[in-house]
Amino acid sequence: MNEKLVTARVYITLKSGVVDPQGLAVENALKSLEFNAVVGVRVGRVVELDIVGQTEDLVRKDVSAMCERLLANPVIENYHVEILSKKGT
Amino acid sequence: MQFGIVVFPGSNCDHDCYYVLDSVLGQRVKFVWHKSASLDGIDAVILPGGFSYGDYLRTGAIARCSPIMREVLEFSARGGLVLGICNGFQILLEMGLLPGAMLRNNSLHFVCRDTCIRADNVDTPFTSRYSSGQVLTMPIAHGEGNYFADDATLADLHKFRQVVFQYSSPDGRLETEYNPNGSCDHIAGICNRERNVLGMMPHPERCADSMLGNEDGQSLFISMIDALTSVA
Repeated sequence: MNEKLVTARVYITLKSGVVDPQGLAVENALKSLEFNAVVGVRVGRVVELDIVGQTEDLVRKDVSAMCERLLANPVIENYHVEILSKKGT
Repeated sequence: MQFGIVVFPGSNCDHDCYYVLDSVLGQRVKFVWHKSASLDGIDAVILPGGFSYGDYLRTGAIARCSPIMREVLEFSARGGLVLGICNGFQILLEMGLLPGAMLRNNSLHFVCRDTCIRADNVDTPFTSRYSSGQVLTMPIAHGEGNYFADDATLADLHKFRQVVFQYSSPDGRLETEYNPNGSCDHIAGICNRERNVLGMMPHPERCADSMLGNEDGQSLFISMIDALTSVA
């Protein structure tokens, strides 16, 4: 049986208004390398998931639930789900 | 009466808690492996400090999914005492048993040193032996102890008197220079509205034995024993 494989890429970012000490440190480091045009840096996280045997709609729904329950912390983080590729048939 | 200390892969303050309860305070205590599915015979749960699951994803995020945590949720819903120290506090936040979240320390450094914390709203089963406004010395050791909550949540925490410990000066003043990690409102420890769940970043188990030259943390465990004894 051919199982459809869907890859979902999740971008997790700190909500605006939440301080990002790591982003600030990177910003300062960039400035020390004389990238003086940089006026803001936010560091986030990317998670790629391979998911089998589901329609794209269902994958979106499932991955959103995964973000709410584990992958992101809704108190401080936003997430964005992108469906990357479909392999096999 | 028996204490249960939940052990995750990466816990590293579990034995310190065990030592204080067993050897210093003469209590019955046992380790509970995180894959266990039962808290039978346990009257108070401690989630110890450490680096459960190597802090992967977010501190406390994976530990929250361990089988025992379903039991901890039910235990707390029945009014059972749950104390989360450091990584244990981070796990309680990830579980949603306490509001808010932890960010990286604003210095980006792992901070390991004594801090002064002011006890307030001490009418909890964990702090009855302290007095309101009392300043304690307790060590912290964390990289992600920068407590964050939005303004509405912070207002609620104060309104319902859930802010139990705040970083302060030795004489109890709340000022930025005494805040070791950037925490909102200098928060070092909070309880839930029902007051049976306490999360704190400082380590009371590391200052509960006279041999270590500081016993400020001991009263926290004795308060818990008082509470459990009065229920029994």
